[in-house]
Amino acid sequence: MTTLRKTTRDAFGDEIVALGEKNKDIYVVDIDIGKSCKTGNFKKKFPGQYVNVGIAEQNAAGVAAGLATTGKIPFVATYAVFGSLRMGEQIRQEVCYPKLNVKIACSHGGLTPANDGASHQGIEDMGVMRTIPNMTVIMGADYNATRKLVAAAAALNGPVYLRFTRDAIPVIYDENVEFTIGKAHMIQDGSDISIIANGDTVCIALEAAKELSAQGIGVRLLDMHTIKPLDNDAVRDCIDRTGKIITVEDHNILNGLGSAVCEVVAEMGRGRVHRIGVRDQFGESAPYERLLAQNGITAENIVQQAKRLLAS
Amino acid sequence: MTSEIADSLRKKAVELRKTILTMIHAAKSGHPGGALSMADIMTALYFHEMNIDPNNPKWESRDRFILSKGHACPVLYGALALKGYFDFEIIHTLRSEGSILQGHPDMKKCPGIDISTGSLGQGLSCGVGMAIAGKRDNLPYRVFIMVGDGEAQEGQIWEAAQTASKYNLDNLVVIIDDNGLQCDGSCDDIMPTRDLGKKFEAFGFEVFSIDGHDMDQILAAFDLIRSRSANGRPKCIMAKTLKGRGVSFMEDVAEWHGMAPNDEQFATAMADVEKGLN
Repeated sequence: MTTLRKTTRDAFGDEIVALGEKNKDIYVVDIDIGKSCKTGNFKKKFPGQYVNVGIAEQNAAGVAAGLATTGKIPFVATYAVFGSLRMGEQIRQEVCYPKLNVKIACSHGGLTPANDGASHQGIEDMGVMRTIPNMTVIMGADYNATRKLVAAAAALNGPVYLRFTRDAIPVIYDENVEFTIGKAHMIQDGSDISIIANGDTVCIALEAAKELSAQGIGVRLLDMHTIKPLDNDAVRDCIDRTGKIITVEDHNILNGLGSAVCEVVAEMGRGRVHRIGVRDQFGESAPYERLLAQNGITAENIVQQAKRLLAS
Repeated sequence: MTSEIADSLRKKAVELRKTILTMIHAAKSGHPGGALSMADIMTALYFHEMNIDPNNPKWESRDRFILSKGHACPVLYGALALKGYFDFEIIHTLRSEGSILQGHPDMKKCPGIDISTGSLGQGLSCGVGMAIAGKRDNLPYRVFIMVGDGEAQEGQIWEAAQTASKYNLDNLVVIIDDNGLQCDGSCDDIMPTRDLGKKFEAFGFEVFSIDGHDMDQILAAFDLIRSRSANGRPKCIMAKTLKGRGVSFMEDVAEWHGMAPNDEQFATAMADVEKGLN
């Protein structure tokens, strides 16, 4: 694993320029945080494909919907907390209900805007978005995966919610690795226990998997970048092969990846799941690693929970 | 010539009002008040002003119409039915299972609906998006958005208004159905909207105030707006209207915001609208 670290909001900023170059219908709708959402280069290169509506999230969703009815592919760039909750009803009514080709591209996912404090830490967003019909919900695990997934979202005709990190996280994938929306990416196979993670927790899960392997425990590790539509078959395979799953996410443990996995496992009627994620509590201004630790989102805790689950 | 056009539109407005009442009576639910208040302007839009083709509802250069106050959709469905967007008999299926005529407009089900609406305050934003695309693509179409006066209490209307002004959307026309009533009572009691025309003016719009039931004034406003459609400024028609207009017992009565007439009321209402506006 390389020690290179990059933010995934930069992946969005870089990929959207590549997309805008190839397709004049790609638009960016900014909400006065374009600098932070990394749309600056797109704005400079393609002013004719760029709109900034000021600090008005609800309006941004509607403007994007209107653009989409004319064949444009607008990416609304904002933060996870605003892009899911402030714009939530507009996304439901004007984007998802008519199934328009609008992408909601959100930086500051989960606890990654650590120093900004609880107001800016979007920990409910993926759960909110996944309950709206027609919405696809994605978070890439690193810079390279996120670029691929942003491109895949642009190619998918329909609403997509994309979530990025504010801060730099390790680059874990080679740039040639391919990702398919709705298909889990298996990082390693193993027969004792499965770990399913997404977004910025994949690199933490990877660390835990290495430690467990060193202790002789075989880990099947999945990067579940798309939590909706969830790759149900991949979850079932985990239960069939290992019987036990640990989910890891930088999101409230309610209604995110862990919940989605539990829904599938509960319907199978066998197998066990332990969820690791934000423990239904608000964060605070603190170092990112401290916030993760407060919620047990650490390689050490994953290892500990895996051993506990295996012993039970 | 002008008066001939106005006369024929006035007759068409009678047909539209009858269609609205027939639909809501058949559905046994719906919103007659705000549909009837817009009937004259909608007639002028669909049978005179808008550049549209019922045989080609997705034509890229068509004028767009957005019913931001989506609950008043019987007036839109009625206009589309009379214009020939779909078989007229479908009007009897309003709000029934499997119908293209949903309780609020659904663009994926009903031809001629340019965007789904129903949640108040959102249509103007969508219109802004369409108007920006039209300008960027050098397409000649205009976008008309009908907004209720009560609806203008929604903050998003003003977010959208400032965007229309910033992007010099002279291809966008907001029409305020200024009937003075909302669901729970009079706008003045529930939440005074004050002078909406002045508000839009402050947001950079050119504002045209008319009697929304006077066909001559409606046509004159559309003529004037058309002549000023390249001056860089979005337009607003402040249309003074009466909720329930054309039906004696519904006029200016807030209770008829969202209630269907029974058989007896329906008969009276149909006889009322047949007479035309007094």
